[in-house]
Amino acid sequence: MTLLQPRHRSALIFIACLAVFTIAVTIAAQFGLVSTSFVKTLGKTLCLCLAALAMDLIWGYAGILSLGHMAFFALGGYMIGMWLMYARTEEIVVASLLNGGLPATPEEISQGIATQIFGVVGASDLPAIWSFAYSLPLQLALVVLVPGVLALVFGWLAFRSRVTGVYLSILTQAMTLALALYLFQNDSGLRGNNGLSGLQNLPGVTASQDAVSLWFFWASAAALAVAYLTLHAIVSGKFGSVIRAIRDDEARVRFLGYSVEGYKLFVFTLTAVICALAGALYYPQAGIINPAELAPIASIYLAVWVAIGGRGRLYGAVIGAAIVSLLSSWFTGGRVPSIPLGFATINWVDWWLVLLGLTFVCVTLFAPKGIGGLFDRFAGVHAPDRKGAPLGPDQGSLMEQEAKE
Amino acid sequence: MKQGIDTMKLSRRTLLSSAAAAAAMTMPRFAFAQAETIKVGVLHSLSGTMAISETTLKDTMLMLIEAQNAKGGLLGKQLEAVVVDPASDWPLFAEKARELLTVSKVDVMFGCWTSVSRKSVLPVIEELNGLLFYPVQYEGEESSRNVFYTGAAPNQQAIPAVDYYLEELGVQKFALLGTDYVYPRTTNNILEAYLIGKGIAKEDIFVNYTPFGHSDWSKIVGDVVALGADGKKVGVISTINGDANIGFYKELAAAGVTADTLPVVAFSVGEEELSGLDTTNLAGHLAAWNYFMSADTPENAAFIAAWHAFIGDTARVTNDPMEAHYIGFNMWVNAVTAAGTTAVDPVREKMWGQTFPNLTGGIAEMLPNHHLTKPVLIGEIRADGQFDIISQTDPVPGDAWTDFLPESAVLEANWRDLQCGMFNTETNTCVQLTSNY
Amino acid sequence: MRLTALLVAALCWLAPLPSLAQEAARIVAENRAQIEKPSRQTIGPVIAELAGSGDAMADDILSAWADRRLVIRKSDGAMFVAAAEGEGLALTALDGTPAGTAASGDLTELKPNAGVRRLIATALVQFTLSDPDPSQRQAALASIAQDPTADALEPLRAAIATETDPALKARKQRLERLLTLRFDPSSAARVAAIDSFGADIGLDLRGALNPLVATTRIASATPPEGNVARELRLGTDIPEDEAYALLVAANLAPARLTLEEQRAALLANLQDGMVGGVPLAELDSQAARDRAYTALEASGAVPVAATDGEARAVLATVKFYEVHAEPDPAVTSAAQAALDRIGTAVGVMQTADLGLDALSLASIYFLAAIGLAITFGVMGVINMAHGEFITIGAYTGFVVQLFVPDLTLSILIALPLAFAVTFGGGVAMERLVIRHLYKRPLETLLATFGISIALQQILKNVFGTQARPLTSPAWLDGAWVLNDVVSISYIRIAIFVLALVFLAFFLWLMKRTRLGLEVRAVTQNPTMAASMGINPDRINMLTFGLGSGIAGIAGVAIGLFAKVTSELGTDYIVQSFMTVVVGGVGSIWGTLAGATMIGSFQKVIEFFNPSNTLAAQTYMILFIILFIQFRPRGIIALRGRAAGD
Repeated sequence: MTLLQPRHRSALIFIACLAVFTIAVTIAAQFGLVSTSFVKTLGKTLCLCLAALAMDLIWGYAGILSLGHMAFFALGGYMIGMWLMYARTEEIVVASLLNGGLPATPEEISQGIATQIFGVVGASDLPAIWSFAYSLPLQLALVVLVPGVLALVFGWLAFRSRVTGVYLSILTQAMTLALALYLFQNDSGLRGNNGLSGLQNLPGVTASQDAVSLWFFWASAAALAVAYLTLHAIVSGKFGSVIRAIRDDEARVRFLGYSVEGYKLFVFTLTAVICALAGALYYPQAGIINPAELAPIASIYLAVWVAIGGRGRLYGAVIGAAIVSLLSSWFTGGRVPSIPLGFATINWVDWWLVLLGLTFVCVTLFAPKGIGGLFDRFAGVHAPDRKGAPLGPDQGSLMEQEAKE
Repeated sequence: MKQGIDTMKLSRRTLLSSAAAAAAMTMPRFAFAQAETIKVGVLHSLSGTMAISETTLKDTMLMLIEAQNAKGGLLGKQLEAVVVDPASDWPLFAEKARELLTVSKVDVMFGCWTSVSRKSVLPVIEELNGLLFYPVQYEGEESSRNVFYTGAAPNQQAIPAVDYYLEELGVQKFALLGTDYVYPRTTNNILEAYLIGKGIAKEDIFVNYTPFGHSDWSKIVGDVVALGADGKKVGVISTINGDANIGFYKELAAAGVTADTLPVVAFSVGEEELSGLDTTNLAGHLAAWNYFMSADTPENAAFIAAWHAFIGDTARVTNDPMEAHYIGFNMWVNAVTAAGTTAVDPVREKMWGQTFPNLTGGIAEMLPNHHLTKPVLIGEIRADGQFDIISQTDPVPGDAWTDFLPESAVLEANWRDLQCGMFNTETNTCVQLTSNY
Repeated sequence: MRLTALLVAALCWLAPLPSLAQEAARIVAENRAQIEKPSRQTIGPVIAELAGSGDAMADDILSAWADRRLVIRKSDGAMFVAAAEGEGLALTALDGTPAGTAASGDLTELKPNAGVRRLIATALVQFTLSDPDPSQRQAALASIAQDPTADALEPLRAAIATETDPALKARKQRLERLLTLRFDPSSAARVAAIDSFGADIGLDLRGALNPLVATTRIASATPPEGNVARELRLGTDIPEDEAYALLVAANLAPARLTLEEQRAALLANLQDGMVGGVPLAELDSQAARDRAYTALEASGAVPVAATDGEARAVLATVKFYEVHAEPDPAVTSAAQAALDRIGTAVGVMQTADLGLDALSLASIYFLAAIGLAITFGVMGVINMAHGEFITIGAYTGFVVQLFVPDLTLSILIALPLAFAVTFGGGVAMERLVIRHLYKRPLETLLATFGISIALQQILKNVFGTQARPLTSPAWLDGAWVLNDVVSISYIRIAIFVLALVFLAFFLWLMKRTRLGLEVRAVTQNPTMAASMGINPDRINMLTFGLGSGIAGIAGVAIGLFAKVTSELGTDYIVQSFMTVVVGGVGSIWGTLAGATMIGSFQKVIEFFNPSNTLAAQTYMILFIILFIQFRPRGIIALRGRAAGD
């Protein structure tokens, strides 16, 4: 039985843990032990874990530090948000026009929807990009297509001209910044800074948020499980070996006859699509999406989670994203006791970011394998001590990790 | 109220320092853990880009709550502030609001600054039937069942300021400069419609939007100066938000633009923003608010003294949203006292018609459309960063749906008589009960 | 002036002219309510009466009123003219008698608004146009320039001959010509005045000429009276909708039926579930509604609305004209000719101004990026905390100004101090963190990002979230003005100069000093450099410190023209990286080229789309992304051994 091979053990443990966790939260929610807002937080955290998983594939395995993957995450959110907003508004408009005496014409309905959605930003015409918003299947297809095509084009351009390393990082950062600035403009037709809001209210659904938040929690957990298994299958097969080889020595892989650009482009696009799906699940739980979600700092945080969790192992990314985002939510919640130092008081709302930043420096310096490295300790795996000498010529890779296998 | 301020001063002496006081207030569950308390949620960003404006409001709330507790609390209970930090992150506002309502179980919330943060919170409080007091001037076009808007609606700030331009300064050509987000966009739309209605040609209205935190203003200032080429008197209406104003005013001063040749009236620039720059070269430029720190009334003097004592720094200024919180909080206290409970629906009903003295004189009244009546003040910037109040109107009732846009002119909000926040007077139907965010 | 007025007042008091001396006080008393709450719309007659009263005090009362020195004593409501005297204010009654002193707390100042102040200034012109004090004459001229009226022409002409100050005389003459071309009764004199300016690009001239050529559009069946500019061709010069709207406005045609009106009319004629023979349920399309309305029209239940064909037929019977408000054709054609001449000159100057703006923006980007050009470009270290070093520099400037009130001195102290502070910070960071990560550049990025968020939050905790003032010394206030179009503020010139200084410094350091040689050696081949006796550790430390130090100085400069908040650096970090990458890593000339390109490109887009600055930034970044695709190594790519990898 191939699934029971030792290299699949981590995936089985992970899925088991996730299943137990999901069931536990569901039961606890039924008995009112965890609040709806916490279920939402957990659901959102699972989506962030999903994005971190994608980040781990592209950075931890393929060695491409993309600082723009949250752009795809947000684009996925925007695409689903358009439908949520349109459909919800359509209900309101149709209901209100029914009161008007005459049956509504299609023009009146679309005019009414446009006024409702865009009145707040001072326009009353539905922009062309909303053409498919009336249909859930079409808009769901766009969740995959828009970020996927963007990643494909961007990746093709970038990898074709051999932009690598930090240059690629800066370029992806520029991409997400450009997208954010574009969406900030009202002319972009997505309500500018206001973004799309009220996304947690599903059109046609009368169930309470308690139920809806659980549905999304389950959906997020399922998506995470599926993605984990898929990515695990990818990285533990031949494909995984090739992309790790690209990470460690791109030129050598190219000389061996592999299409390095093709592999990179595939990974870039695949991770973009995973991020987009994560975003499409995340924003209906968050309730609002606006261009600030695409700010470069969001993507840097994504990298931070993966680094803290441990690169080059899928469960590391999930652990990092979960721990950091939950801690962050706890510390900014104002319910963490302050620490009086006599002369001053450590108020966590003020000092949490300082702690996070410094932790991050320490992890980078002293525990480059992140929290995942601890598992190696328990498992008794030790990297060979090579006195810091690199294994391969490429300086960006985490080569010690490879040495143990 | 004077008495209240005095007791507040007394209570201050019992505390070691303002820092200790602030610390004590941010961990209130330890301070008042024994007795049952009434919880007041404070939903203002303490980090991120909006912290610059919102931190002050958090401190204002802590001060007001402390003063109320010193007066014996409310309904025989102490008030407890639950401060959270939504970190200028709009989705986080919704999350924190839900947390405040369901986990901390607060009875009322005071918070938000930007419109987008309010829109983010709206569905949550409407779903959970919470209560929010929103203290900032905003673009209108909204009246939620669960929100009381203690800041100005456009007809309480923008329209009177434009009237002042038209009537008093004889401005014939307008430059509407704004930061690119919903408040400037909607306000400028309303103003454009209003100005065209007043006979200003569309070509004579120049509109420009800049990003948050914009700093390179030389070309825009040059463009605005060049508008004067056709011999018409030009006036600038600025909805530029936050710290972008600093670069803007520095550039204005450097370009030698004086209030005589090219006046600027700002809707988002108050004492707080001016404390970040040297105003000697800006004297005479204008701002329109419902409150200025320089207002000469005993209530205001007491408020400023209490603020300085609370914050431990006499250099700190007060501003319009602080007054909005002051009025909103005191109205809520009175409404709770009148209702005898903190439950949202009875308090809401007692809020309508609730009155409280403004810091600038006169009485504010909460209207059934959840907006306040407020006097509109126009101030000229002085060299010391304060404002000379040169015009003060009688209290103007806030209008949720503007009369100057055709889509909104037919709408009306009245929660007391119509039980609706978006009522179409043409078809006599309630368009929607919950907001469409 | 105040002194003379007091003298005059004193004289009046000594040799009383009772009838006149009471006059101003009487006028004020009669219009007390209006004077306390004046409105520009209504206060005119009062000001004119005061100005024309002949009372010597009138001048003083008016100027005191405009200066907010007209006060009301709170105790008895009496009105006085006040003048600062020691701690309090010296009061003068309105009839000119001294009335002792009072503390400012006991008085309420009247605060007339700017519009009223302008009216007062206009009224005072007659007193001040030949005032012995040049600054008063200047103010009078400014007042006329702001509110030119025909009345001002004669006094101004009279005041030219007596003017002694050559600069003021020139200004008076220019103003006289500007007034002549607008208000002189003689057509020839006006045309001569217009022609006398040639291709002058002054804003005041354009402001005077443009109203002369302003036109209104009218619809008329016959050629209209007056100074017709041109006939408009339907469709090409004026769109049909607009033309029809003109007809409606002139009551020459009925208004078109709007959808709302149609809807209301249909509703009003709803009978037994049918409208005009069409069942109610079928009215869910526009075609059905039109059909129903036509049926109603036929039955006479609703007024007949103009169809497209009818509207076109009406339009064909009328002609549309543009008519000048100015009745004199000679003047309008002269003004048009002058404006055409000026237009070309203004275009050239606007381009020059845009060039200056672009240069200025480029120098700001360059200054922000130059430290990064060292740490990233030369050493290859990705320092995400670079922005925070800029912020720290700006805050250093703020702190220095707290202790050193003299602005010039404080800037002179702040610049080296900011360098020292951030140099120290950079060295500490290099020793503690970056040194361990030279072999892992991507992780440097993440570690320095950690430092960046920690530093930013610490700055926020220390300095608060409010913007802090960093004030430039008086000699950097204002702008260098070439003419009414081309100008640039001194602070921007200073930043430009500073950028040049740093460019020179960098070149000197790298090419002419031992340190520069060692830096280049270490960055190209650290092992080889070490074996030649260079200590790579020390060199790396110094280089990194230097890059950070320059960021600190840049922070002071940027803080002077923009805001000082903890977010200051964040605004520049991405741009700075892009500047370095676009220019080409490792070359200071590349960074310069990158900054110039980004700055000019952004300004050019802003020029084409002036109402949306955000779009300019978006397209600029998009352009950078595309640019890097085609020149991955930047504008100036290093070749050979220096390129390393």
